[in-house]
Amino acid sequence: MPGPGYLNSDRLLIKGGRIVNDDQSFHADIYMEDGLIKQIGDNLIVPGGVKTIEANGKMVIPGGIDIHTHFQMPYRGTTTVDDFAQGSKAALAGGTTMIVDHVIPDPGCSLMAAYDQWRQWADEKSCCDYSLHVDITHWNDSVKQEVENLIKEKGVNSFQVYMAYKDYYQMSNSELYDIFTFLAERGGIAEVHAENGEIIAEEQTRMLQMGITGPEGHVLSRPEELEAEAVFRAITIASQTNCPLYVTRVMSKSAADIISQARKKGHVVFGEPITASLGTDGTHYWSKNWAKAASFVTSPPLSPDPTTPDYLNTLLSSGDLSVTGSAHCTFSVAQKAIGKDDFTQIPEGVNGVEERMTLIWDKAVTTGKMDENMFVAVTSTNAAKILNLYPRKGRIAVGSDADLVIWDTDSIRTITAKTHNSATEYNVFEGMELRGAPQVVICQGKIVLEDGNLHVTSGVGRFIPCSPFPDFAYKRIKRNNIVNLAVLRAVPRGMYDGPVSEFSMSRGGTPSASARNSPTKQPVRNLHQSAFSLAGPPTPDDIPIRPAGRRIVVPPGGRSNITTLS
Amino acid sequence: MSGYQGKKNIPRITSDRLLIKGGKIVNDDQSFCADIYMEDGVIKQIGENLIVPGGVKTIDAHGRMLMPGGIDVHTRFQMPDRGMVSADDFYQGTKAALAGGSTMIIDHVVPEPGVSLIAAFEQWREWADSKSCCDYSLHVDITEWHKGIQEDMEALVKDHGVNSFLVYLAYKDVFQLTDAQVYEVFSVIRDLGAIAQVHAENGDIIAEEQHRMLEQGITGPEGHVLSRPEEVEAEAVNRSVTVANQTNCPLYVTKVMSKSAADVIAQARKKGTVVYGEPITASLGTDGSHYWSKNWAKAAAYVTSPALSPDPTTPDYLNSLLSCGDLQVTGSAHCPFNTSQRAVGKDDFSLIPEGVNGTEERMSIIWDKCVVTGKMDENQFVAVTSTNAAKIFNLYPRKGRIAVGSDADLVLWDPDVTKIISAKSHNSTVEYNIFEGTEVRGGPLVVISQGKIVLEEGTLHTTEGSGRYVARKPFPDYVYKRIKARSRLAELRGVPRGLYDGPVCEVSVSVTPKTMTPASSAKTSPAKQPNQPVRNLHQSGFSLSGAQVDDNIPRRNTQRIVAPPGGRANITSLG
Repeated sequence: MPGPGYLNSDRLLIKGGRIVNDDQSFHADIYMEDGLIKQIGDNLIVPGGVKTIEANGKMVIPGGIDIHTHFQMPYRGTTTVDDFAQGSKAALAGGTTMIVDHVIPDPGCSLMAAYDQWRQWADEKSCCDYSLHVDITHWNDSVKQEVENLIKEKGVNSFQVYMAYKDYYQMSNSELYDIFTFLAERGGIAEVHAENGEIIAEEQTRMLQMGITGPEGHVLSRPEELEAEAVFRAITIASQTNCPLYVTRVMSKSAADIISQARKKGHVVFGEPITASLGTDGTHYWSKNWAKAASFVTSPPLSPDPTTPDYLNTLLSSGDLSVTGSAHCTFSVAQKAIGKDDFTQIPEGVNGVEERMTLIWDKAVTTGKMDENMFVAVTSTNAAKILNLYPRKGRIAVGSDADLVIWDTDSIRTITAKTHNSATEYNVFEGMELRGAPQVVICQGKIVLEDGNLHVTSGVGRFIPCSPFPDFAYKRIKRNNIVNLAVLRAVPRGMYDGPVSEFSMSRGGTPSASARNSPTKQPVRNLHQSAFSLAGPPTPDDIPIRPAGRRIVVPPGGRSNITTLS
Repeated sequence: MSGYQGKKNIPRITSDRLLIKGGKIVNDDQSFCADIYMEDGVIKQIGENLIVPGGVKTIDAHGRMLMPGGIDVHTRFQMPDRGMVSADDFYQGTKAALAGGSTMIIDHVVPEPGVSLIAAFEQWREWADSKSCCDYSLHVDITEWHKGIQEDMEALVKDHGVNSFLVYLAYKDVFQLTDAQVYEVFSVIRDLGAIAQVHAENGDIIAEEQHRMLEQGITGPEGHVLSRPEEVEAEAVNRSVTVANQTNCPLYVTKVMSKSAADVIAQARKKGTVVYGEPITASLGTDGSHYWSKNWAKAAAYVTSPALSPDPTTPDYLNSLLSCGDLQVTGSAHCPFNTSQRAVGKDDFSLIPEGVNGTEERMSIIWDKCVVTGKMDENQFVAVTSTNAAKIFNLYPRKGRIAVGSDADLVLWDPDVTKIISAKSHNSTVEYNIFEGTEVRGGPLVVISQGKIVLEEGTLHTTEGSGRYVARKPFPDYVYKRIKARSRLAELRGVPRGLYDGPVCEVSVSVTPKTMTPASSAKTSPAKQPNQPVRNLHQSGFSLSGAQVDDNIPRRNTQRIVAPPGGRANITSLG
């Protein structure tokens, strides 16, 4: 292990490591300077006196990318307990050298303002590089403009929409269609929080009425079918709009199945299981300890089916699920207790940014489900590709950022809230013994973890802009566009010149009995009346198509050239 | 019936007594040879050497198959659409049904939004009573949702013999209900013991796609299918299965038109959902390639929703699923329009009135595609054309079975007759038949409805207005046995815990619902309205073991007692 003075130099040599990328592993030394990888190979010629780390044949992997975090997230006047400093410190401790946080604008507020706010928070405090997803919590023309600007000028290429949280964040199918169409044109990735909010709202009411107020009500009112249903619907809309889809927080077997089926049918869809769904299950919602049960509350909820984590790890290994995040969003017990009498008020979110890499290694690699290269793919490379950061991030190659981890495959440690780097009192993985951990973590070319000691600097993290049209998603999308255009052709026909029945434009029939006015329906707007005229001028709606009062008797078979029986 | 090969000695109709000798009776569970004696429209005796009054009319079946008359579970005769009416009224429609071997139809009442369900129901009753030539029943469609509708539904179930309601997931801003409304409707339906039917297509996406097609200049009938890809159907089926599971409500998917929709149903059944799928004559017999026909009128004749799949392997696939039991019942969704009516949408496919023919062709198409090809046997044929429908809608064994005490609705089936379907010879009034030119094997030789011969020697003898309304009771066993067991199991319990007495974080800001935010009001989506005070449906205590909604109807002892399935003891020879 290296000598003293390791902290402040910009030059670093790793000798004798086995470099593991997502495609291959090989033995070579790595020389870094100014936060970049400058040389890879044997017998490198490096400046004298450079700091050297002896890897002793251990694996050197690209630093992890946690593609889903919620640090410092505001919630009803309070904030999650892990801010960008605390959160990114925990990330680094676990071998993750980059995080991608979600900007959540309040509905009605400017996306740009929220983005600036998040940038300010993160720039001040983050200890590692970061990027941002922006959540679209409402939709109109000005939001559209902001999305456009965020893509063009602000380095955001992924936007999340919500199918849950009725009356707050939830989008209608039409809005989703509109947003997906827009993102597909601009080269963005549509991320979706997939749960059917309408049914959840009904089920929550039912649970509370039945007197179920504890955290078990959370999972009972959000059965996994509702997650699977929303995933299915999101895929349908994405496929119609030919937009790449990214499903955040895959929590259940059925949701994962839908994604893998869709991929088999050729849809461009990525699934993101999180540390919690890969590592634990929802049986804890029935814990007699309210605070413990509440600490597991997240949406979609953890599945009460204890075989779920194993199943998700298998799909992650087979490539049916593509990337992993943590959805790290931690609240203290006092904050969770906002919902002590009503589970719907419990702030949602679990920890997992620190445990992610170790947990996947333990559940997927040591069990033989995946190899070390696949491990790199799902913890780092695939995320970099989706965000269009590859090969700057997610790969050990000359010119890539010097974000590296020396991975110790044999180290065993027990997860506990007593030793974790998060500020919460509970850890959802409490007591789990996991094999595999980072031995040295290098971020921006500097050693941040060594000998079990963290040396992080708040505020050194840089914002990494993501550009639109990532090849990983859009090569296929572009191809599909060409194919679709070939299908979408009008049939050239002569003008129909036969008789035309009279009909009333309004659907409303007998105006009798209309005293019973529905509060749900407003006066029915007839969609058909908004005649968009593109193929020549159509008959104006207000003018009867035929002279009024004349009903045409149709000669069977019609008369004209185009209506004759074929 | 060009291929008719019957005997000249078959007597003419009009008597109320009828004997069929030497037939092979085919029910859904078994086939056996026996004679059948009918009187007053009811099967009185089954067996050999029956003792019957002298001089009774006799039909000699010569060993041919005698099966329960078909039940077309889905018709839309005389359906109003924007001031027009579908081309076949109840007379023309039921006549076509009888010609094809269907002796009962179930039509859909489609109330215009704003009209009470009862008023619409009575309107349909009036139309059908005056014109129908065969027995009929009615489904009622829920085209909007509020408290008055719920009361109407209760009244329809209790007093009017309706046990099935259809909701639409398509037709945005016209008939379409939101997921939350569907959840509530399904909860009501389950409490009433009825069947939830669903027109499954995602109307939001369709509206967007239609817009897109028209913008691209695609205005012909091909735009209809391009804007309604089968994924959109499968998505809605999946969603309705999810809602039905949550509400523990039996689900019935009308018009299964695509492989993917059928797959979703099959998968849901394998997971235990109580769901039934109804392919229709059109989806079993033809495909959507015709939407690209250069003949506009022909292409328009295929317009129906969900659209016929352009994948030509779809009919075969659906026939296979029907044969293996993954799909259970068949209808026709018979709702044809004349070419001049279709031409309303000559410049815009989204205005073309929707619906295809199929009530006459249904039985023959299924025989030809499924039985002749060896996918199913004659008993399964009876199940999917008649018995399953009777069971699901609580008409069994009065309908859907040949047994003592059942209605005398029978078909003498000729498995070998072949005919070529053509608009020139069909009984519908429209100019196009979507099965034009299809040669089918198998057809009815004699059709008996209400104990009277209505088809014989290729000649129809129908009587306008003779059809009776058949009331249906709620809680059909076939469907509700499982539902009842589940509702007993599905007791949810909270976890008993001590009170949390630790610190609680102060909540300074209350979350404002998005719909309240004035800034977001710019988007003015008509679909998204602030929730109206929702009536709590769960308070209408669901008790299956105790009082029933139909308790107020006295159990009359004049009610027909029907023999146990399989008939009584006088069957001597089982085929």
